[in-house]
Amino acid sequence: MIKVENLTKRYAGQTAIRDLNFEVSRGEIMGFLGPNGAGKTTTMRILASFMPPTSGRATIAGFDVFEQSLQARAHLGYMPENVPLYSDMRVTEYLRYRAALKGVQHRRITERVGDVKELCGLKSVENKLIGALSKGYRQRVGLADALLAEPDLLILDEPTIGLDPNQIRQVRELIKNLGEQHTILLSTHILPEVEMTCSRVIIIHKGRIEACDTPDNLLGKIRQAGGVVVEAKVGTDNGADELKKISGVREVITDGEDDWKKFSLRVESGIDVREEVFRLATERRWTLRELTQRRATLEDVFVEITHADPV
Amino acid sequence: MRKFYALLSREVRGYFHSPIAYIVLIFFLIVSGIDFYFQVSFMNQRQVQYTVQEAFFNSVFFWFAFVLIFPLITMRLFAEEFKLGTIEPLTTVPVRDWQVVLAKFFGALVFYVVLWIPTLLYFAIFLKVTNEPAAHSAGAYFGSYLMLLLLGMFYLSIGCLTSVLTRNQIIAAVISFCAITLLFFLGLVQFILLDVSSETRDLLGYFSAIEHMGTFSRGVIDTRPIVLYVSMTIVMLVLTHQAFQSRKWRA
Repeated sequence: MIKVENLTKRYAGQTAIRDLNFEVSRGEIMGFLGPNGAGKTTTMRILASFMPPTSGRATIAGFDVFEQSLQARAHLGYMPENVPLYSDMRVTEYLRYRAALKGVQHRRITERVGDVKELCGLKSVENKLIGALSKGYRQRVGLADALLAEPDLLILDEPTIGLDPNQIRQVRELIKNLGEQHTILLSTHILPEVEMTCSRVIIIHKGRIEACDTPDNLLGKIRQAGGVVVEAKVGTDNGADELKKISGVREVITDGEDDWKKFSLRVESGIDVREEVFRLATERRWTLRELTQRRATLEDVFVEITHADPV
Repeated sequence: MRKFYALLSREVRGYFHSPIAYIVLIFFLIVSGIDFYFQVSFMNQRQVQYTVQEAFFNSVFFWFAFVLIFPLITMRLFAEEFKLGTIEPLTTVPVRDWQVVLAKFFGALVFYVVLWIPTLLYFAIFLKVTNEPAAHSAGAYFGSYLMLLLLGMFYLSIGCLTSVLTRNQIIAAVISFCAITLLFFLGLVQFILLDVSSETRDLLGYFSAIEHMGTFSRGVIDTRPIVLYVSMTIVMLVLTHQAFQSRKWRA
């Protein structure tokens, strides 16, 4: 659905993105992650034919976003960052206008506008001026707009920014449902969201793709591939030394001053050492208070990849 | 065509949703009303060689208001969209750039025409009250309003071009005001430079809006100004389109 080859964009004196290569196939929900200024918005703007790349190529549904921009745009529902809207229009009026621009057939406009209002929960504000809407509702108007023409591909630039937790949950559900029929590329800062909704993730940092994989594989790849937390009274033992001898344990970090010590174990991925820890504890007569496997989150992946150099 | 119509109706509605439209309308009605009143009362006091309608379209008042309204009408066209970022949703739907440019131009033109409609009332009222027509023939009305339309098209297209060049409405307004005023005074240079050849004078006269209006408001339809203003409008709109597209190659 999307194919990006060697995409580079330079602004006066600085490179926003360099040599991006990725593909998004039909039906995928692709998450686009990266710190602020990493080049997410730039990439999405190029894909939406809002600005041209300096070099490289991108196609949507086989159409070059620059050379065949009109056809590429016809396949696309795009929700820009911060959702710029005409504040002097009313919600229904705006959506009807946008539907006409997107070439929705005249007799289907009322139906489509009704559908997207329903889907995005805009019924209650349909006659309000957009300028009078709260951030959350403006966001929904942007999303409704992107859905109007039933595009094959949705590009959503931070669709959940500025929403409250309930709204985020609603939008997440919505995106998940949409993913059944649409291909989606979405950027976000909210990592649990990506873990829950996306089938693949691209992590972009300083204009380069640092990782591109399924969330599960990414979790498996990173150094801190999870770990085990052990809290125990070890008596006269050191604790850490004994724990280190268990096979699979790479590193032990000790915490806690008093009787209760807390050990954070770094473990090789794919190995569960909890049974061994328990056996060790009974052997050495330690009192065990906690024995938990900590799953790595996408947040760990994100931090590890994007935090390589100090700010 | 449907997309163009949607764009156009958005532009026209955009005018009437904004306070600027009403301020311009009121300002213009006041100035043109005063103009009309002064001309009539002036002619009541002495014998003149021209009609009320001619006087109305050729007074200082008229021209003063005339050059002022264009920057006010056109400054928001593109600059506002750039400023608010709404250019992004606008240019990422399958709409051609020239459709956007033409919709903005014709949207402004519709507003401009609406601006002039009340002035028809002046002449109707004059006829009703005095039982005398304000012009010596229907052709004079036609000529005046045709020249208004031609000048309007040209000056609005200049406004379109300046608005597409900046994201600041004030800058757009100032530049188009300067450009329109300069063009306007170009036609007056022939009265200032007395030692120029008659060819130069003729050439400058060819650009004189005042002269054109003088001719047309007498009911004389000269094709030369028509060609001039229509072609200049097209040139300006082509330049606007180029400038609007420049975001695509300026990288």
